[in-house]
Amino acid sequence: MESPVVSDRDPAGTEAPVASGAPIAPTRRGLLHATGLLTGTLALSSALAALAPSRSWALEMKGLSSHQGAVLLAFTRHLYPHPHLEDAVYALVVKELDSKASADAATKTTLAHGVAQLDAIGSGDWLKRAKPLQEVDVVSLQGTPFFTLVRSTAVVALYNNDMAFAHFGYGGKKGNDGYLYKGFNDLKWLPNPPAAASGPIPKA
Amino acid sequence: MPDIGNKKTFSLDDAQVMVVIGSGAGGGTLAAELAKKGIDVVVLEAGKLTSRGEFLPDEWASFGQLAWLDKRTTSGSWRVARDFPNLPAWICKTVGGTSVHWAGASLRIQPHEFKARTTYGNLPGANLLDWPLTRVELDPYYTRAEDKMGVTRTHGIAGLPGNNNFKVMYAGASKLGYKECSTGHMAINSAARDGRTHCFQRGFCFQGCRFGAKWSTLYTEIPEGQATGHLELRPESQVVRIEHDKAGKVTAVLYHDAAGKLQRQKARAVAVAGNSIETPRLLLNSASAKFSDGLANTSGQVGRNYMRHTTASVYAVFDHKVEMYKGTTMAGIISDESRFDPSRGFVGGFHMETISLGLPFYAAFLNPGAWGADFARAMDGYAHTAGMWIVGEDMPRETNRITLNHDVKDQFGIPVANVHSDDHPNDLAMRDYGFERGEAVYRAAGARQTYRVPPYPSTHNLGTCRMSAKPADGVCNSFGQTHDIPNLFISDGSQFTTGAAENPTLTIVTLALRQADHIAEQMRKGAI
Ligand SMILES: Cc1cc2nc3c(=O)[nH]c(=O)nc-3n(C[C@H](O)[C@H](O)[C@H](O)COP(=O)(O)OP(=O)(O)OC[C@H]3O[C@@H](n4cnc5c(N)ncnc54)[C@H](O)[C@@H]3O)c2cc1C
Ligand code: SF4
Repeated sequence: MESPVVSDRDPAGTEAPVASGAPIAPTRRGLLHATGLLTGTLALSSALAALAPSRSWALEMKGLSSHQGAVLLAFTRHLYPHPHLEDAVYALVVKELDSKASADAATKTTLAHGVAQLDAIGSGDWLKRAKPLQEVDVVSLQGTPFFTLVRSTAVVALYNNDMAFAHFGYGGKKGNDGYLYKGFNDLKWLPNPPAAASGPIPKA
Repeated sequence: MPDIGNKKTFSLDDAQVMVVIGSGAGGGTLAAELAKKGIDVVVLEAGKLTSRGEFLPDEWASFGQLAWLDKRTTSGSWRVARDFPNLPAWICKTVGGTSVHWAGASLRIQPHEFKARTTYGNLPGANLLDWPLTRVELDPYYTRAEDKMGVTRTHGIAGLPGNNNFKVMYAGASKLGYKECSTGHMAINSAARDGRTHCFQRGFCFQGCRFGAKWSTLYTEIPEGQATGHLELRPESQVVRIEHDKAGKVTAVLYHDAAGKLQRQKARAVAVAGNSIETPRLLLNSASAKFSDGLANTSGQVGRNYMRHTTASVYAVFDHKVEMYKGTTMAGIISDESRFDPSRGFVGGFHMETISLGLPFYAAFLNPGAWGADFARAMDGYAHTAGMWIVGEDMPRETNRITLNHDVKDQFGIPVANVHSDDHPNDLAMRDYGFERGEAVYRAAGARQTYRVPPYPSTHNLGTCRMSAKPADGVCNSFGQTHDIPNLFISDGSQFTTGAAENPTLTIVTLALRQADHIAEQMRKGAI
């Protein structure tokens, strides 16, 4: 299918979004083929722990290096700053960028140039730069193809996975069978509207 | 190849069949009605046949499965052109058309709205016209349509139970003194009816109703039509041209079949129901030596007066959880503002209807292009957020129009549609007022933060082949029969003379029922 890209500012419909769930666990075979690797550990208290096969996670990349992946993850944290959202979810944005980069050379170049530019600003390693300065750098790149690519990918990938659903409180596919007999009209802090304005619950 | 369900098929050379282009709310209904009258119909639908069991409870994946993604372009000052330059409209390319995606709100157009030019006057920059139809003439057909679709609060059908999102709307509306707030008129079964079960409150109405509780031509009209043995459905059949004879009557259509092969289906008459962007595009792309400006276009009105309703959304964040996604997407309505009352600073009215988006679409539509701490904070409030959609009458303008973009071709090498729109000052005034009222509703219910959200790609697309009493003012008569070509019909929302404040589908279905009677009558008389 042709990519239904709608804008360089918004990704509605770019590519299929990232698969739901935690980044894949590393395998020996995968590691041999990967060019880059991002790893992390879910916080002990994380509500997401239940969704992941183990507390430690890893993302193998095919088109990006470990450093590029790490810079992109940090950059995305500035774009959509959710202090309590795990890196494992931001890693899904990197995963999507990596798959776009492996599929398309121009995308790979855009990402490589963007990371190189950030590293140059950060005297060799942008990750070592102070957070407030990183913030300034992100703002200053607004409007560049790199920024647009990362932002438009991130706004889809970051919020379209089961871990994000659990974090932000969206039911996602749990609603597939319907809420009618599980959690429907469970808001208790307001009164029920009168019967005339509403309607009866069908019998199970 | 899945079983398409046809009991009978017709040959390409059968010049006695009626061809209906598009299987959505308009085309699907018309085709089924004709078939039930014993008229042979071939439905050519560009999209695939997707069964209810294949629907996906996943916003982006479903969008990829059902939406019209063929290229379109945009121009004009409307914000959609900036945010979604190749996605002016959010509509479907699938058997059942956008009736697969729709939320089900089913409201009759108000009597005065059929007389927009008389009621509102001659607004500068607007191309207002009275409909060649009155509400009284349409009422019996509205009644039939509501029965067919199982619209709640009509025919003794109970309302749907209110969900969390509605509860918040109702609390605010009653505090503000609004009187017309309820779970509305929905073409969604509140109890089992017509062989279809009741709503299970999944919250995936925009992704297709896998229970079939919501009316859609996909699993109501089309199979009913097929069962008569007079309707053949051909999915993945995209029409690219309508042909005519020397006398100027249409005789056949050219379409690309599922294998991409060009086919010619002969026809006794043709009804176009491709939704208001594709319908005028097809007429314009069918230009010939005889009709050099496109078919049925001696008025020059084909493609003009494109309307999309004055829309916007208000989302509000509360101290406690709302979980707006639990249950029907459009769960309630406030209709007090739908009246005609120019003291508000605009003509026409609007409704406020609850809307909910899942987390992925909320991120995409809240403020397209936005990023940073404020945006992230709005996302953090998702579970505590309630939402409403404002839908009001927009002004028809000659310059808001569908044209052919000869620089951009689709997969068949045919010029794509360009959609041009500029808001009329009346639209802007209404949207501002609507934002203010929507925010007031939520503040009255205790909101700590409200967000004004710009229009989504257009879900209601109307007016581009409008009906008119005089041939010079529009494209078709009150039966959707084109003024120029008696055996060519417009059978979708393109017919609307003006947009009115109501969601359009009930009226599209109503007009299709009336048109079916007219076509049968004309055929009986040998006029077509
Ligand atoms: C998210 C969403 C929510 C909505 N909610 C509501 C609501 O609550 N209430 C309401 O009244 N309305 C609602 N609508 C609008 C409603 O869906 C439309 O008004 C209605 O479906 C339009 O019917 P139609 O027959 O004109 O076109 P459609 O239903 O869009 O059908 C047109 C069909 O024609 C096909 N087609 C187009 N061109 C060709 C061609 N050249 N050859 C062959 N086939 C072709 C298309 O693939 C499509 O299947 C909603 C729409 C959306 C997107
Ligand atoms: S909420 Fe009701 S109408 Fe909507 S998809 Fe679910 S079952 Fe169907």
